[in-house]
Amino acid sequence: MDSKRRNFLKVAGLTAIAGIGAPSAFNMLLKGEALASSGGGHGEAAAPSGTRWGMVVDVKKFAENPELANQCISACHTVHNVPDFGNAKDEIKWLWVEKYPNAFPEHSQDKRPDYVQELPIMVLCNHCEKPPCVRACPTKATYKKKDGIVAMDYHRCIGCRFCMAACPYGARSFNWRDPRGKDENGNPFIKAENPKFPTRMRGVVEKCNFCTERLAIGQLPACVEAAAQSKALVFGDLNDPHSEVSQVLKANFTIQRKPSAGTHPSLFYII
Amino acid sequence: MIEKALKGSTGYWVWMLFLLSIMGAGGMFYAQQFNYGLGITGMSRDVTWGVYISQFTFLVGVAAGGLMLVLPYYLHNYKAFGRIVILGEFMAIAAIAMCLMFIIADLGQPMRALNVMLHPTPNSMLFWDMIVLNGYLVLNVLCGWVVLQSEYKGVKYPKWIKPFIYLSIPWAISIHTVTAFLYCGLPGRHFWLTAILAPRFLASAFAAGPALLMIIAMILKRTTKFDIGREAQDKLVTIIGYAALINFFFLGCEFFVAYYSQMPGHMHTLDYLFWGLGHGDQVYNNLVPFMRASVVMGLAGIALIFVSRAKQSDGLLVLSCLLIFVAFWIDKGLGLVLGGFVPNMLDQVTEYYPSVQELGITAAIWATGFFILSILYKVAISVKLEKEA
Repeated sequence: MDSKRRNFLKVAGLTAIAGIGAPSAFNMLLKGEALASSGGGHGEAAAPSGTRWGMVVDVKKFAENPELANQCISACHTVHNVPDFGNAKDEIKWLWVEKYPNAFPEHSQDKRPDYVQELPIMVLCNHCEKPPCVRACPTKATYKKKDGIVAMDYHRCIGCRFCMAACPYGARSFNWRDPRGKDENGNPFIKAENPKFPTRMRGVVEKCNFCTERLAIGQLPACVEAAAQSKALVFGDLNDPHSEVSQVLKANFTIQRKPSAGTHPSLFYII
Repeated sequence: MIEKALKGSTGYWVWMLFLLSIMGAGGMFYAQQFNYGLGITGMSRDVTWGVYISQFTFLVGVAAGGLMLVLPYYLHNYKAFGRIVILGEFMAIAAIAMCLMFIIADLGQPMRALNVMLHPTPNSMLFWDMIVLNGYLVLNVLCGWVVLQSEYKGVKYPKWIKPFIYLSIPWAISIHTVTAFLYCGLPGRHFWLTAILAPRFLASAFAAGPALLMIIAMILKRTTKFDIGREAQDKLVTIIGYAALINFFFLGCEFFVAYYSQMPGHMHTLDYLFWGLGHGDQVYNNLVPFMRASVVMGLAGIALIFVSRAKQSDGLLVLSCLLIFVAFWIDKGLGLVLGGFVPNMLDQVTEYYPSVQELGITAAIWATGFFILSILYKVAISVKLEKEA
C-alpha cells in the first residue's frame, strides 16, 4: 500500500513539474513568438517598441516608369556585390521583379484586369516580424535584429539551406558556386566589386539585408535612394507614427504577401 | 570480436571490394563537389534539397525500423526475435552513419558542421535532429556491441545495459518524429505542412526497415548457416504488412484532405507527383511514373507478403519485401522531399534532375553504409554460429 502511494506521489509530482515546465519550454522554442500570436484572424503584430524598419512599395509608380525597377535592382546588386552567373539555376538575387500572380499567389481573383496581371511587383526579403527562416536556422547564422531587420552572418552559415525551405517568399539565394570566380571567358561574376561591402564565399546563403550597413551611417537603403525622385519606395520606422512610411500606410490601402503564413512582413504594397 | 570481419569466404571479399570500388569512385566525385561547390549537383534556387536530403530522410526510417525487433524482444520478451534483434540494432548503426554522411554531403560549408554544436539553437529542428540522430547512433553501438560481446563470452549481458536498451525504444520514435518536424513545421510548404507527416514517416519506417532486414536475412539463409527461424520470419511478415498498410491509409487521408477540400495549395504537389501539374501551357510530371509505380509496388507487396506466409514461400517473401522497400524508397527517398519544392514559393515550377556526380556520391554513401553493415553482420553472425556450433 505504502509503496503504491509513494509511486503515485512520484508520478503526480513529475506530472505537475512537467505541466509547469511545458509552456515555458514551448515559449523557448518559439522565442516568445507565441505571445504575439493572440488576437485576430492571422494574429496581430506585437505592441510597438523601439525602431522597426519597414517599406512601402508603390507598384503604380513602377508601372508608370518601366526603367525604375531595373535602376533599383542594379543599385542594390552593385552595392552588395551580388554576382551574376547568367543562368537561373545558380541565380542569386536580393531584389527582383515578379508578376502579380507570382508575388501574391494567394490573392486569387477571377476576372482580374489585364493590367494587374502585368504589374511589376518588386520583391525582396520581407524582414518578417516572425521570421520562419530564423526559427529554422540551426546556428543562428540568420537572426532578427532589434530594429526588425533579419540579418545574416555569412561566416557562421553552414549552407544547410533549411532557411530557404522555410522562407514562404523565396527571398533567399544560395552560393552554388564561387561568386568571386570568373566565367569561361574570364569575366568576373561580380562585375565591379564594391570594397565597402564583403563578397561572399561559396556554400552560404544570402538575401536582402535592408541595407543595414547603410542605415548604420545614416543613409537610406540603396533601392530607396535609387527611387527617391518618384517616391516609389518609402522607407522608415513603422513604430514611429509620424514617420513618412507610417503616414503613407495610414493614407493608403496596402497589402502584404502571404498573410496566412502569419509572418507579419515589414513590406507593404500599394497596388 | 572485430577480427571476425577479417576472415571470410571469397564471396565476402569480392562483395567488400565491390563496395570499396563504388566508395572510391564516389570519393572522387565528392572531391569535385568539394572544390566546385554544390552547383555541381542538380539542385537550384527553387529546388534547394535533392537526393542527398531525401536519402537522409528515408534512411532515418530504416534506422528507426530496428525498433520493430528491439521492442518485442526486450519489452515483451518475445523470444523468437532473440537471434535477430542484433541485426536490427546493427542495421540502425549503418543507416544512421549513412544519414550523417548525406547531411555532410549536402552542406555548402561542411567544414563548419560543428557550428551546430558550437552555437546550439533550440528553436531549430535541425539542432534537435543532430542530437537525436547522434544519440541513437551511440545507443545502438553501445547496446548492440555490449550484448553481442556478452554472448561471445558466453555470459548474460550486464544489468547496467538494460536502461540504455529501454531508452533506445522511445529514442527510435524520436529520430523519425524530429526528422518529420524538419518538414512539417515550415509555413508555406503545403505538402509538408501536415500533422500526419510524423506518423506516416513512422509507418513507412516500420515497414521499410524490417523489409530490408528480411531481404538480408534471406540472403544469409542461402549463403550461410544462419537462419532467423520460421516463427520470427512469420512475425516479421505481420509487422511489415500492417505497417505498410497503415502507411497507405495515411496516404489516402492526405488525398482525401487535398481533393475533397479542393484547397489549391494542398492539391498542387499531389497533382505534380501523381497526375502531372499543369502550369501555364506546360505539364510538369517527371516524378509521376515513379510515384505511380510506388503505389502499385507497395500494394502488390502487401498482398504478396501475406500470400508468401500462407504458402511458406521464401522466394515470394523476398520479392514482396523488395517491392515494399523500393515502393517506400520512392515515396520518401524521392517524392516527399522533391515534391515539397513544387511549385515554388512564387507559384513557379522548376523540375529537378540529379547530376552524375550527385548520383555517384549518393551511390558511394549507400555503399559505405552497406560496407559498415557487412562488417557488423559478419561479426554478429560469426559469433552466433560459433556459439551454436
